[in-house]
Amino acid sequence: MLTGTMGVRLQAPSRSCTPRMPAQDRFAATEARLHAQFSAALAGDAGAYRGFLAALSAHLRAFFRRRMTRFPDDVEDLVQETLLAVHHGRHTWRDGQPLTAWVHGIARYKLVDFLRARSRHEALNDPLDDDLFAASDTEAAETRRDLEQMLGTLPERQRRVLVMMKLAGASVAETARATGQSEVSVRVGVHRGLKALSARFRSGT
Amino acid sequence: MKTDDLIALLSADAAPVDPRRAGRRFDARLALAPLLALGLVLLFLGPRPDLAAAAMQPMFWLKLAMPAGVAGVAWLLLRRLGHPGAPLGRLPGTAAVPIVAMWLLAAVVLLQAPAADRLSLVLGSTWRDCALHIALLALPALAFAFAAARQLAPTRLRLAGAVAGLFAGAAGAFAYAFHCPEVQAPFLAVWYVAGMLLPAALGALLGRSWLRW
Repeated sequence: MLTGTMGVRLQAPSRSCTPRMPAQDRFAATEARLHAQFSAALAGDAGAYRGFLAALSAHLRAFFRRRMTRFPDDVEDLVQETLLAVHHGRHTWRDGQPLTAWVHGIARYKLVDFLRARSRHEALNDPLDDDLFAASDTEAAETRRDLEQMLGTLPERQRRVLVMMKLAGASVAETARATGQSEVSVRVGVHRGLKALSARFRSGT
Repeated sequence: MKTDDLIALLSADAAPVDPRRAGRRFDARLALAPLLALGLVLLFLGPRPDLAAAAMQPMFWLKLAMPAGVAGVAWLLLRRLGHPGAPLGRLPGTAAVPIVAMWLLAAVVLLQAPAADRLSLVLGSTWRDCALHIALLALPALAFAFAAARQLAPTRLRLAGAVAGLFAGAAGAFAYAFHCPEVQAPFLAVWYVAGMLLPAALGALLGRSWLRW
C-alpha cells in the first residue's frame, strides 16, 4: 500500500484546468482563441488586442522560462521585447497562416538573438575563473552517500521512520502502518532521529 | 516597466492594420534594385554596340532568362522569409533550377566542343571583368534588397541576407548582360553564377547585423 501511494506521488502532477483534453485539442483551442482576438485587434479592437497580448505574455513567459533556466532574471525582459516585436511586426501575419507558428517564429528569433548576444558578452567579458569549477555534477550523489552514512549511525527504529517520511515522502499514518508502530511513536521517532542527525552533522562525524 | 503596463501601452496603439501596405512597400524597394543596376550599366559601361543583332540570338535571351529566373524566385523567397513562421516549401530548391540548367547546358556544349577549344569557351575574352562587374553592380541593389527585407520581419537573418544578396546578384547579372559580349553557356555557367553568388555570400555575412530588428 505504501509503495502504491508513493508511486502516485512520483508521477507528474496532472493539469487541473483541463484534465481530459488531449494536448492537440488544447493547442487547437489556444490557436482558435488567439486567432480570433488577433484578427479583431488588427481591425482596430483595442480590448481584443489587450486580451491577446495578456494571453500571449503568459505563453511567452512559460516558453522562455523553460528555455532560459540559466537566465531566469532575463525572462521578463524577453517577454516584453517579444511583445514589442509582435506589435511592430503585426502587419507580417497573413490571415490563413497559423497564428501560433507566426508567434513561435518571432519568439524563437528573440530567444536566439538574446542567447547570441549573451554568449558574445560572456566570451568578451567573462574572466577565466568562471563558474566551470564552482560546482560539479557529482555533488548530488556525494550528498546522498553522506546522508546514507549518517543515517546508518541511527538506531533501526528511528532510521526507518526517517527514511520513509523524509526521503520517500510517506505520511505519518502510512509510516505507522508500514512499521507497525503507533502514530505517536512515529512522530517521536522522527523528532528524535532528526535531532540526533543534526547533532551529528554539527559535530562533523 | 511592468509587462502589464507595456500591454496597456501597446493595446492603446491598436489602429487598424493593412497587411498589404507593407507588402507593397517591400515590392517597391525590391523593384528598384534591378532598375538601378540597369541604369548603372547604361551610364558607366554602355550597352554592347551590336545589341540589336545580339537580340536575334537565342543565347542572348537565355543569358537574360537565367538571372531573371533566379531573381524571381529570390523575390518570392525573401517575401516568405519576411513573414515569421511561413513555410519556405520548395522555393529554396527552385532558386537553383536556372543555375543548374545553365550548368547542364554548359556541360553539353563543352562535351561537344573539341578539347582544344574548351578553355576558351569557359574564359571567353572578358572573364577577368565579368564576375567582378556583376558583383559591383549588385552592391547598390543589395542595399535596396536589404531595405525591402526590413519592411517585413525576417527571423532567419543569415538566410534572408543571403537571399537578398542572391537577388541583388541576379539583378546585377541581368543588367550586365546588356553590356557583356559573351554568349557561350560555359562562360555564363562559371562567371555569371560566380557574380551572383558573391553578393549572396556578402548578404549572408551582413544579414545578421543589418536585418536585425
